[in-house]
Amino acid sequence: MPRPGLVLDVDRSTPPILFHHGESFRLEKLPAGRSRVVYPAEPLPALRDVEGAIADALDHPLDSDPLAARLRPGMKLVIAFDDVSLPLPKMRRPDIRQRVIEAVLDRAAAAGVDDVRIIAALALHRRMTEDELRHAVGDRVYDAFAPDGRLYNHDAEDPDDLAFLGTTPHGEEVEINKAAAESDLLVYVNINIVSMDGGHKSTATGLASYRSIRHHHNPATMVHSRSFMDRHASELHHSNWRMGEVIRQAGVEVFQVETTLNNDTFGEKGPLSVLQKREWEWSTRDRMTFMGMQAGLKRMGPNARRRAFQSWEAPYGVTSVTAGAVDPVHERTLQHCFDQHLVSVEGQTDVLTMGLPYICPYNVDSIMNPILVMCLGLGYFFNMYRGRPLVREGGVLILSHPTPWDFHPVHHPSYIDFFEEVLADTTDPKVIAEKYETRYAEDEWYRHLYRTSHAYHGVHPFYMWYWGAHALDHLGSVIVVGGDTRAVRRLGFRPASTLQDALEMATDTVGPQPTVTHLHNPPIVMADVT
Amino acid sequence: MSRALVLKRKPAKLAAAAAAGRVLPGRGAAAGPLALGEVDPPEGPTDAWVRLRPRLAGICGSDLATVDGRASRYFAPITSFPITLGHEVVGELDDGTRAVLVPVLHCGVRGIDPPCPSCAAGRTHHCERIAFGHLDPGLQSGFCRQTGGGWSTEMVAHPDQLVPVPDDMADEAAVLVEPTACAVHAARAIRAGSAGADGAVALVGAGTVGLTTLAALRHLDGGTGREVLVTAKHPEQRRLAEALGATRVVGPSELARAVRSTTASLVLSDDDATASAAQGQLTGGVPTVADCVGSDASLAQALRVVGPGGDVLVVGMPGTTTLDLTPLWHRETSLRGCYAYTRDDFATALDVVAAADLRRLLSATYPLARYEEAIAHAAEAGRRGAVKVAFDLRGEKHR
Ligand SMILES: [Zn+2]
Ligand SMILES: [Zn+2]
Repeated sequence: MPRPGLVLDVDRSTPPILFHHGESFRLEKLPAGRSRVVYPAEPLPALRDVEGAIADALDHPLDSDPLAARLRPGMKLVIAFDDVSLPLPKMRRPDIRQRVIEAVLDRAAAAGVDDVRIIAALALHRRMTEDELRHAVGDRVYDAFAPDGRLYNHDAEDPDDLAFLGTTPHGEEVEINKAAAESDLLVYVNINIVSMDGGHKSTATGLASYRSIRHHHNPATMVHSRSFMDRHASELHHSNWRMGEVIRQAGVEVFQVETTLNNDTFGEKGPLSVLQKREWEWSTRDRMTFMGMQAGLKRMGPNARRRAFQSWEAPYGVTSVTAGAVDPVHERTLQHCFDQHLVSVEGQTDVLTMGLPYICPYNVDSIMNPILVMCLGLGYFFNMYRGRPLVREGGVLILSHPTPWDFHPVHHPSYIDFFEEVLADTTDPKVIAEKYETRYAEDEWYRHLYRTSHAYHGVHPFYMWYWGAHALDHLGSVIVVGGDTRAVRRLGFRPASTLQDALEMATDTVGPQPTVTHLHNPPIVMADVT
Repeated sequence: MSRALVLKRKPAKLAAAAAAGRVLPGRGAAAGPLALGEVDPPEGPTDAWVRLRPRLAGICGSDLATVDGRASRYFAPITSFPITLGHEVVGELDDGTRAVLVPVLHCGVRGIDPPCPSCAAGRTHHCERIAFGHLDPGLQSGFCRQTGGGWSTEMVAHPDQLVPVPDDMADEAAVLVEPTACAVHAARAIRAGSAGADGAVALVGAGTVGLTTLAALRHLDGGTGREVLVTAKHPEQRRLAEALGATRVVGPSELARAVRSTTASLVLSDDDATASAAQGQLTGGVPTVADCVGSDASLAQALRVVGPGGDVLVVGMPGTTTLDLTPLWHRETSLRGCYAYTRDDFATALDVVAAADLRRLLSATYPLARYEEAIAHAAEAGRRGAVKVAFDLRGEKHR
């Protein structure tokens, strides 16, 4: 049996702890007697027969007739799937999306359905490239559907392919992909890497337009989402669920297929497997592997390092496939997520430390720019809790990441302007939203690049910033270890060269001898804080 | 006798200065024909002329170009050697009155009557007789053999060239009146151009010319919400530009992106996937750009970020440049010089200097004896965190 996650109290004999640091690592000694490390669980056992599990889910769905019974000749079928932002890192072929889509298409063919569209539900993310689409859906599906335009990226700015479905009682406008809205059945193929994904968020965000998404991607909603990982405490999710109801009432039939992956991010053996082990259990061989990796990375240039890491494909195992009506399916999916990720943690500490890796949902095959550093630290990792944050109110967050002043010009054009213009003015999410959001969101040039190139939508850097709104509100200060000092200051954070310096600086905010929690992430771990 | 920095026309020395100036700006002072010495004080051509004893005299970009031997051949027929440079002057008359110099040597000063059509119309900076009349050739005091210049203890001026300094204005502020008058002139041109009273403006460069133009524009605008983008290379320039009211200060490489996003322009490029504002061509732009540098690069940048039908005002003194004028042709951009000022601009400049506290732009002063250091400092002002460098003549023995 794999061992569950755990909380380790740091004493004098505890070896240095591994911190991810972009495309490298740091080994850090945490203060003995007042620090603890939250470790992720070992990977849960994978389903042995994934095809069988998919078949079983499609044929015995929750609160729904079997998929085959909902298919008939002459109908319009739309299959939507989660985009390149999931999972992280990407999974080894065959991707679970491919397996599910193939099974759905088999049943559609058997039922005589010939009007099928397959849509990447990318919301305001960049369009997926051919390689990325092939990786997600497989060559067979790609070659059969892409050439004649039946497999494509959702376009949240296409005036001809959006349908307005109505307004929630809270005044939130619901506008989604028209092909999906006018289909006779929408099959949504999901990957749940964290508990934030899935449920009504799949359709209400993944297939929506800016007009719709802006109602929940804003500072007010984000600051009241505690946390994004706990859907019942998340204002973001409440809004998506209200929108899901509007979608249902508009007559859109959704057949939700959700899947979960285990924590096998770096493999049981192989070059990165040491990252998945607990430091005090490292063998001499593990130490040598790690030292060798560090030395090798030091010799590489930044581009080579980036390429090396971005090419890593995780050997994840699939732990569940559930299909049927959105709500019951998602409740079961959440249970599988929590089984893998949740660790019970008692109480909060003054300081929370975390090492940020080279990747977040928005820089696949790209550059982790400073705004994404903020989003990954304050938006994602900070929110890896249920109950209350790991760090007390007014506490300090210490991130480790090189935070280079570097942007991918194709993927993140509006981020460059956001960093140069908006953050030079203010870092307050509310002010940012009021003063700048509309101009960026409606900028014709960003719109053009989003629609025709591979750029994130003009408003996307704002969302990244809002994502951290709750953490900004909660924390006393944020310190970045080993980052580009100019970039770190532009983010409104304090730069430190070592963890020891950072802990020393933290005492300005939380007093001497602070208690420390280190979130040992990734692989993913989520704290259940009582 | 008076003490003066004199520049003689010695071709070999000028060539040496040009060579040294190319290697390191400002080095012409050491290598070139500039010499400090005792000279006979200049005499005015008529009794109307008065003696002006400079108190502070600034070092201007055009002075540096002359010292370094970089000045355009254009100036040859309107300069008479040997000269004492210095046209940014606050000085003292024999009766103790302090005055700033309006250096343009137009018909009125040259004893030409009736005046040329430009002077008759009050546009003395457009004077068509700058090499004639009872004065030697010379565009301005400081470039004319007979008048002397501010880098000395004594020069002469025509009463038409003098504007009294208010008692409550320090010499350190008054020395900025002349450059600020240029800026007032430029700001008036901006307001008369495509940007009008409230359209967006980009100012390229945040040296003395850029910063005073910013201050003058804000002063004349009187609190409109006009968008003014300023490029600054150095932190001190950035700080001052912000303090003087720039809406946004960007690095030179960021201007195209800032203009693109401010004006919601699109970008043209032969490769759409990588079209960034930094590389491609903007489809729109700001209505008016004031180039406060005058280099090939700044002019090319001004033409890139100005909108169709807009105006590029050349405020900083350019030299001989090489430019692709295709965009100018295609987008009907007007390219307009912005030289000097009228007496009226000086009156406003006094207000701007006081209201915007432009005294803070004076970063350093030197005695004449340390002229090599002074000129090197002025030539590298931006990099060394300075804006305006001036000579302080108040402590000279000959006064
Ligand atoms: Zn001048
Ligand atoms: Zn005239």
